[in-house]
Amino acid sequence: MNCRSEVLEVSVEGRQVEEAMLAVLHTVLLHRSTGKFHYKKEGTYSIGTVGTQDVDCDFIDFTYVRVSSDELDRALRKVVGEFKDALRNSGGDGLGQMSLEFYQKKKSRWPFSDECIPWEVWTVKVHVVALATEQERQICREKVGEKLCEKVINIVEVMNRHEYLPKMPMQSEVDNVFDTGLRDVQPYLYKISFQITDALGTSVTTTMRRLIKDTLAL
Amino acid sequence: METDINSQDRKDLDKFIKFFALKTVQVIVQARLGEKICTRSSSSPTGSDWFNLAIKDIPEVTHEAKKALAGQLPAIGRSMCVEISLKTSEGDSMELEIWCLEMNEKCDKEIKISYTVYNRLSLLLKSLLAITRVTPAYRLSRKQGHEYVILYRIYFGEVQLNGLGEGFQTVRVGTVGTPMGTITLSCAYRINLAFMSTRQFERTPPIMGIIIDHFVDRPYPSSSPMHPCNYRTTGEDTGVTYPSVEDSQEVCTTSFSTSPPSQCVFTVTKAHFQTPTPVVTDTLRVPMAGLAFSHQLSSSRLSYQPAALGVGSADLAYPVVFAAGLNTTHPHQLMVPGKEGGVPLAPNQPAHGAQADQERLATYTPSDGAHCAATPSSEDTETVSNSSEGRASPHDVLETIFARKVGAFVNKPINQVTLTSLDIPFAMFAPKNLELEDADPMGSLHSDGSSGGSSGNTHDDFVMIDFKPAFSKDDILPMDLGTFYREFQNPPQLSSLSIDIGAQSMAEDLDSLPEKLAVHEKNVREFDAFVETLQ
Repeated sequence: MNCRSEVLEVSVEGRQVEEAMLAVLHTVLLHRSTGKFHYKKEGTYSIGTVGTQDVDCDFIDFTYVRVSSDELDRALRKVVGEFKDALRNSGGDGLGQMSLEFYQKKKSRWPFSDECIPWEVWTVKVHVVALATEQERQICREKVGEKLCEKVINIVEVMNRHEYLPKMPMQSEVDNVFDTGLRDVQPYLYKISFQITDALGTSVTTTMRRLIKDTLAL
Repeated sequence: METDINSQDRKDLDKFIKFFALKTVQVIVQARLGEKICTRSSSSPTGSDWFNLAIKDIPEVTHEAKKALAGQLPAIGRSMCVEISLKTSEGDSMELEIWCLEMNEKCDKEIKISYTVYNRLSLLLKSLLAITRVTPAYRLSRKQGHEYVILYRIYFGEVQLNGLGEGFQTVRVGTVGTPMGTITLSCAYRINLAFMSTRQFERTPPIMGIIIDHFVDRPYPSSSPMHPCNYRTTGEDTGVTYPSVEDSQEVCTTSFSTSPPSQCVFTVTKAHFQTPTPVVTDTLRVPMAGLAFSHQLSSSRLSYQPAALGVGSADLAYPVVFAAGLNTTHPHQLMVPGKEGGVPLAPNQPAHGAQADQERLATYTPSDGAHCAATPSSEDTETVSNSSEGRASPHDVLETIFARKVGAFVNKPINQVTLTSLDIPFAMFAPKNLELEDADPMGSLHSDGSSGGSSGNTHDDFVMIDFKPAFSKDDILPMDLGTFYREFQNPPQLSSLSIDIGAQSMAEDLDSLPEKLAVHEKNVREFDAFVETLQ
């Protein structure tokens, strides 16, 4: 099975980076999260309820919907914060991208570690612009808001294609498909990484380091 | 049409489509209420959350939807449509969006009803949640208030897109294939927001109560007041009490079955599926009755108490404008069936008159999980009604003000009510009674000018002749920048700076310091957490 890949691009002002990324990531995760599974005997299970909440952006004329899970929100905010800092510290053009990857774990025999097989990857490319006047910033607020509306429509369109989704797992395998660590919702297993592109176009990745760390950590 | 679908699956599918339609309407209408929606996740299934999503049911909306459906389901040629329109305070209205739930002939015979269709409908609802926030009408609805309200109307049958103007755009929310056809959910929205060229001034009074206590402190300052109402042209039923939800409440499927890994994907054996169902049905009737009951108690109308108004700076000008046009006609006139059970056209009426006392607010008492939308409590009603009662006829008073606008330093005795008692914006700055003699010589040096009758300033050392401050506009308000300037040229001394009072309060402050410190120390954790969030 091939991993499907979607790429979105946004141009934002420095202070809009966080909110724009959160908006996109949360919109994707809204569609890729279910309620908590409760397995009963004989292979039946019931699903908990997912709540949603509206989030108004402070620097963009935009409101997005996210699942009501503070844990998930915190996790996303943490990594988006790191991305924003990395972007800021890199100097240069302010080009970077974040990847949200949904994967399945496939158990391998010892001594090989479990394989992580991605089945969907969302990449958001960010271009940070610097604006001089307040008027430009105001226009940027509205423009970025409109752009994000388009992105949400794109995301929904992809979701609506009903392409491959991992099949619902048995109780023993639920951790290979879903992230069961959260208290109130259950997103598909995902990982988020980012990379900053410096001025020369070569990528300075933190993901490589992270991947290596993950593999070694088993 | 011919299908291989068996009767149990057919029944399930019909049930799913029915509740999907009801939930769709709820999501759309709630997204146009003008406030942020927040529902809680619950890890344990309650059995009453259809499609595993926490979407509250506003009883009036459910009632309207069921009425429109009249026992039918969306089918080919028969679509369920939710029309969102905007109506201004002057009576102009404009259709903004039409959301359509349709069915077409393309069938997917292989699909599993109880599992795949259900989950896909759930996904479609999530998409709807996301899309309802990105169409242009969302931002309009968040700003509804004084100038306009957003209304909804549900109808069943053929889609009518004529009212959307030229060049409307469509966005498809999603589709779900079923053995009976493909369910499609889409939205057509207007992009040309210019108003109708021929304005029809209706005889009917403005639909919303005009609130001139614009800056009265309200308990819930954040939410805008207006909410969609049932837009009706004929046949208003009166005194309808909504049937309790439970008679038609059905159990939603929350139990699924996994297949052993060796079998093919998504096979759900009937045995597995059906076994839990009867159990669920029986045991869950009871708690749902409780839920239904609480809905019944707490709902009477789809109206929220107008919370603090004046969200944006643009609002500042308007209350007075409307006040000038205020009529005492009871806004409830336009309301559909009065208060009980009706869905009002004028959700802002609680601001006026005795009606406010009878208002019961449509709060959905959350049985579990909090509904985070700010629903003002009934005490807000009281505040509003009290403050509105105080105003006799602001219209008259304002007329007086306008008449007075002769010159900046004219000293004319004014027999008008001190405007500070009126709750119009900047009432304090309005030309007050001028009892000062010193301004007299200036007389009517200038006629109507931007400087309306200003309260003379005893500290005037010199007199300005034509005081037209920069950027001031001769607006509807007689009090303006010029007046403001003059008012505040010589502010009184701060009381805390005066020695004796200062000393007193200092002493008190020092005394209370230890207590304050103790309290703060107790809350250290909270402060730390707060600081964390700032970083």
